[in-house]
Amino acid sequence: MQWDDLKANGLQVQYLKVCERKLWLHSHQLGFEDEDDKVQQGKVLHDTSYQRQKSKEVLIENLIRIDMMDKHYVGEVKSSSKMEQADKAQILYYLFVLEQMGIYRKGKIHYPKEKRVDEIELTEEDREAIPKWLAQIQQIIQLDKPPKKKKLRYCTKCAYYSFCWVGEEE
Amino acid sequence: MKNVYLFNNGRIQRKDSTIYLVFEDGTKKTLPIENTENLHVFAEMDFNTPFLNLMNQKDVNIHFYNYYGYYSGSYTPRRKKVAGFVDVQQAAHVLDLNKRLYIAQQFVYSAIHHMLRNIRRYKDEVEPFIHEITQLKKQVADATDIQTLMGIEGKIRFTYYQCFNAIIKNPDFQFTKREKRPPTNPINALISFGNSLMYTAVLSEMYKTQLNPTISYLHEPGSRRFSLSLDIAEIFKPLLMDNLIFMLINKKMIRAEHFEYIEEHICLLNETGRKIFIAEFEKRMSTTIKHRKLNRQTSYRFLIRLECYKLIKHLIGDEDYKALKAWW
Repeated sequence: MQWDDLKANGLQVQYLKVCERKLWLHSHQLGFEDEDDKVQQGKVLHDTSYQRQKSKEVLIENLIRIDMMDKHYVGEVKSSSKMEQADKAQILYYLFVLEQMGIYRKGKIHYPKEKRVDEIELTEEDREAIPKWLAQIQQIIQLDKPPKKKKLRYCTKCAYYSFCWVGEEE
Repeated sequence: MKNVYLFNNGRIQRKDSTIYLVFEDGTKKTLPIENTENLHVFAEMDFNTPFLNLMNQKDVNIHFYNYYGYYSGSYTPRRKKVAGFVDVQQAAHVLDLNKRLYIAQQFVYSAIHHMLRNIRRYKDEVEPFIHEITQLKKQVADATDIQTLMGIEGKIRFTYYQCFNAIIKNPDFQFTKREKRPPTNPINALISFGNSLMYTAVLSEMYKTQLNPTISYLHEPGSRRFSLSLDIAEIFKPLLMDNLIFMLINKKMIRAEHFEYIEEHICLLNETGRKIFIAEFEKRMSTTIKHRKLNRQTSYRFLIRLECYKLIKHLIGDEDYKALKAWW
């Protein structure tokens, strides 16, 4: 694997699992998160949760930004578990990047509003799958147009909803 | 998020994270920055850089208008929405004449649609003008250069303005011809003032997207500072502003006494008049309609943003741009 060609950030991995179109748009600097109420709420939750935790926000290799890290775990704070699979992929990717650097950790996803914490460990399967995700990300962001929109059950909750679904009837 | 309008002279002071407005008459007010989006300065105000820095931090645009109520310029916080990819595509669509024409024609079609929508209610009196505009509309598709397109648009607007006297039945607001600089009578003063507000409203929405406001299609890019704002304002002037002007006059909310004259021939809306106008404009901008595609209540202000989104989608090769045509 040529690591440098496959580098992605955590959000890109998350978006890959949520919506390929969102991944493309976001990677082309077309972000719509700033004005979205849900995203703003998520930011506040992120800033106000676990304030006693010492190592909040660790930036690694200028690439991944880990919410929390200690001797055993890396932790990520999410406002709801609706995107469980995508959240899991994001933290698996963090564990994977750390492992490449010789740092071995387990993962925790915190859903403070649901009072729920999921523990995550990197498996052999994940170690094989992750490079494939990264290749997929590269493939998608290199498309010269965004992937066509697809109606997903969570579209109306997305910060990109107005952008994707606005249009005119003839 | 609010638009705050300042009419009284004074000073703007920052103390920590609070902004105080200190007026000449000694009154002091605080400005609620957290939910202010635009500050419109119609008065003479003194301020300093700590104030500007806070505005930058809180993402508040400041728009300045001169003594005559004309837009003179803006202080906009450092652009946070930048996308090199969109900039490049935006320019590519200017450089290719066919691509440029397509977008420019969309703006013109939308403007015509909204002009006709306004005058159709007075069908009996303006029938010949409707016919003339409908005929001219056919030429839009055949225009092979921007100048010709602009010419057709100009003729249509001229015809449209001739309907104003049928809509406004008030001799104080008789429309003879459009005069911009300076307006010499009340109706022209209203149109000019309205255009200034529309232009800044479009610009403020555009700043929330990745569009570059200097790269335009109908208006010549670079001829005026933010010419894309003028392009998109074409869509919303007849849809939103002209209607508003008719309403203000016909309901006698704006009357002859709301104007003042400078050197006898420059006609301006006075402070009371501006306040009435702005209050009704803000009311209309926040009015919502149910968007038939998004299936969501959408304000007129957000419709402007959606127009920017549709344009971006066109520029990046996602979906062809079709300009707004009010369906409600």
